[in-house]
Amino acid sequence: MTVARIERLSGALAEARPLREVALYELVRVGARGLLGEVIRVDGDRAVIQVYEDTMGLCVGEAVSPTGAPLEVMLGPGLLGSVVDGVGRPLQRLADATGDFIRPGTAVDTLDPDRKWAFTPLVASGQRVSAGDVLGTVEERPGFVHRILVPPGTDGAVERIRRGEFRVTEAMARLAGGRDLFLSHRWSVRNPRPIARRLSSRRPFLTGQRVCDFLFPAAEGGAVAVPGGFGTGKTVIEQSLARHAAADVVVYVGCGERGNEMAEVLEEFPRLTDPRSGRSLMDRTVLVVNTSNMPVVAREASVYVGIAIAEYYRDQGYRVALMADSLSRWAEALREIAARLQEMPGEEGYPTYLGNRLGKFYERAGLVRALGEPSREGAVTLISAISPPGGDFSEPVTQASLRVAGALWALDPALAHQRQFPAVDWEVSYSLEAGALTPWFAEHVGPDWAACRSRTLELLQRERELREIAGLVGPEALQDGDRLLLEAARIVRETVLAQSAYDPNDANSPPDKTYRLARLADALRSTALAALDAGATFESLNLAAAGAALAAVRRAAATDLDARTAEAEAAVAALAVPPGQAGQVTP
Amino acid sequence: MLLPRRYRGAHAAAGPLLYVRPTPNAALGEWVTIRVPGQPDRRGQVIDAGADVSVVQVLEDTLGLAPATADVTLTGEAATAVVGRELLGRVLTGVGQPADGLPPPVGEAVRPIWAAPLNAVRRERPRDFIETGVSAIDGMNTLVRGQKLPVFSGPGLPGLELAAQIVEGARAPRGEAFAVVFVGIGITARETDMFLERFERSGARERSVLYLNETRDPTIERLLAPRVALAQAEFLAFEAGMHVLVVIADVTHYCEALREIATAREEIPGRRGYPGYLYTDLAGIFERAGIVRDRSGSLTQIPIVTMPDDDITHPIPDLTGYITEGQLVLSRDLHRRGVYPPIDVLPSLSRLMGAGIGADRTRAGHREWADQLYATYARGREARLMATIVGVASLPEADRRALDFAERFERELVGQGETRRDIDETFAMGWRLLDALPREDLTRIPEAVWAARHQETS
Repeated sequence: MTVARIERLSGALAEARPLREVALYELVRVGARGLLGEVIRVDGDRAVIQVYEDTMGLCVGEAVSPTGAPLEVMLGPGLLGSVVDGVGRPLQRLADATGDFIRPGTAVDTLDPDRKWAFTPLVASGQRVSAGDVLGTVEERPGFVHRILVPPGTDGAVERIRRGEFRVTEAMARLAGGRDLFLSHRWSVRNPRPIARRLSSRRPFLTGQRVCDFLFPAAEGGAVAVPGGFGTGKTVIEQSLARHAAADVVVYVGCGERGNEMAEVLEEFPRLTDPRSGRSLMDRTVLVVNTSNMPVVAREASVYVGIAIAEYYRDQGYRVALMADSLSRWAEALREIAARLQEMPGEEGYPTYLGNRLGKFYERAGLVRALGEPSREGAVTLISAISPPGGDFSEPVTQASLRVAGALWALDPALAHQRQFPAVDWEVSYSLEAGALTPWFAEHVGPDWAACRSRTLELLQRERELREIAGLVGPEALQDGDRLLLEAARIVRETVLAQSAYDPNDANSPPDKTYRLARLADALRSTALAALDAGATFESLNLAAAGAALAAVRRAAATDLDARTAEAEAAVAALAVPPGQAGQVTP
Repeated sequence: MLLPRRYRGAHAAAGPLLYVRPTPNAALGEWVTIRVPGQPDRRGQVIDAGADVSVVQVLEDTLGLAPATADVTLTGEAATAVVGRELLGRVLTGVGQPADGLPPPVGEAVRPIWAAPLNAVRRERPRDFIETGVSAIDGMNTLVRGQKLPVFSGPGLPGLELAAQIVEGARAPRGEAFAVVFVGIGITARETDMFLERFERSGARERSVLYLNETRDPTIERLLAPRVALAQAEFLAFEAGMHVLVVIADVTHYCEALREIATAREEIPGRRGYPGYLYTDLAGIFERAGIVRDRSGSLTQIPIVTMPDDDITHPIPDLTGYITEGQLVLSRDLHRRGVYPPIDVLPSLSRLMGAGIGADRTRAGHREWADQLYATYARGREARLMATIVGVASLPEADRRALDFAERFERELVGQGETRRDIDETFAMGWRLLDALPREDLTRIPEAVWAARHQETS
């Protein structure tokens, strides 16, 4: 057979021939150094290849060899706690192989080939198994049970299965007919993993961020779009969620983002503990890293590697959160490749299939019944950051995301400039799930959660109208009732919605604390309004003291929370004292 | 390595591009020399390699270049730069040739200018405070070693002056001076002179190396200049163990050169005609800032971006802001009112500030102090806007206080002029401004910080 050779090189693209037999999306090795590439167009015996690694120095005439398989990731124990690049290579072992700087053409497997795992079988010889059945378990991290599944598309009677220590590439079971089963299997990342069926979600995805959980809750298995211009705190939100969100596994895809931010995550996560399991946060985290200076084609692949890993843990019956930061960089990679292929551009130069691809990606999120026995429910919740150019949400990536996302947390530069963090704009953001989640909050947190939420939203809406009026006539010209609403709204913004990612007591707000603060702010407003009705004046109300008491609840440590709450309740109740005495409370 | 291949005559030429054929073994990125009798040698780089035809991007002006008579050699070598400590004190062109009348530097090593990306697991998290001597930076938008913090300037605003001031005033935690790599991209001779003269005066010259591509120099050279400079900076930082500040002025000129090439190649343009890969390309420059684990140096970048028409949503500042770790935004309004440096702290941001401040670094309560100044200033700015509509007299008392505060904040804390302020002076200044306000206005200062501060001053 004739060896295929490079005929043309332009940026990340290579053309080679003769390659008559290759399939679309088949992986190939390009050039003498064996750079990883993927076939994206076949025309007669000529193939166009997008190369995942830096093409500088590649030479026309160098050989290209097909591998016969698409881009796959190896799924099995050892993923948790690892950091992989956009095509699934662990960065630590890349560093061991090539040093501080990444040299193209290095081949390393996702999973450590030498590590041995203690496997405990759950099925016996002679039993029939089919795709998705749990064959047995491995303790992947202390206390974390990794379920070894029959790979999709496989079934048969178990001929033999052994307990013992195995490497990921050693067979621990064999099916009748001779097919070996391993602790790991490969999966083509662009294909969604099969499931039994989708379930509709009635449980919230708790983020620990009050403005999200309280005002715009996401459902477990839902998809949230988080667009925001630079400096609005997208990455801070994504990282806060990765730390505090109620999930068994977090897959964080740093897609085209900053290396120093990744260094921060890598330094902090191993030291932080997951409050629910008591283990290191890194024990539940998989990082997929393609920093903005790494090759652009691998950036396009990185989100698929991330979601394939997320789906794999979902299939084991876990609740997985996938943070994609940011999908705009993914879309831009798509655009860059499309432009090199001279494809006819659509809106803003993005290829016309952008919406389609994006939609398919979002649809891989969901709450599902997994394939196989015993019966398992798992979820992938997708939180995708979007970086709209100039902060303008009318651009295609934001718009295409809004068509498929269940909630929008829109980040607003004006709020960020006021240091109102998280800078989630309550006027633009929404949640399509809020209604469906109401029963859960009523049952598990507080019966009037939904009522309190709608009163709060109404207050914030009223504040906006009042601010417009105040902008015309001056705030002093407003009536007392309206001035009170402005003040109450300010307290809601500063104590309920604002949250500091840097204050250890405030960074994570469990639903109970969120509810306490929201109710206190709600009571503050209604008590003060009632006092006005009873004849008090706006000036006579000691709102500052009540506001400070609420701020103290916000900053309280968990052990202190009850005491601070009681003080705040007293401060709010004190607003109701008759006006004659109220005037003398503070100088 | 490939051997040189020589062509008598190129196939075609268009703008800065030269087409050579046939090229059955051209390498992507390889260096090209172009000789035309009676003209100085030109250099170029293969930017599109094909068995049939390859595209060479010519660095120098192509005026008078007749493709048929050109003697083109594909050298088989990648673009490299001579690097080393002995380059400190030198002035070089955008591609590293002498511009100071001295012989070419021998250097300590030759390095490719296209760097391989730093493996994220080998990055050290930046956290060492750099005292720049500028209050609006040290106090409000703290710079740390290994950060990339651009200055968003506008035509006629003193972005370059601020960069020079930072370079002169920068002190690391243990007082180490920085080596400076300055790369001028498409800047004017006047700007060059300003920079040189200030460096001469402040004694920064002997710890600096300057790469200058001025407005009159070849456009395409602008694409190489930052990479040549960064190869030198990386050598100083990661091999010679020095702390290096890289000033890149002006990123806007770089982007325009990139657009010029993209247009010449008939690529599909993105926003405002800039190529769709502008983000990736800029990231290849900015992401070279950082600290490598187990190596002692650091590379900090201060790129200067001139926002066309002061528009922060223009693709260049927009994409830069998405890559860099914050931005220092200059304000025309402050500049008009004679405030120097005219840093508008509201849209400015240092993303790595959190790691660089606090008890062991700057001082305890820094975060709360900065948050309070920021919040009150923001309120004062809002009140200023309101006052233009309803008049100062009808503002609530607290808004009037914030308004007065904003005036003083701009004049006294931000508008420090050319004088250098150490961090203690910056803190004292901030507290003085806050002292004019009643305690209940200071909602961002918790009791503990308040008490500690008063213990200290009493």
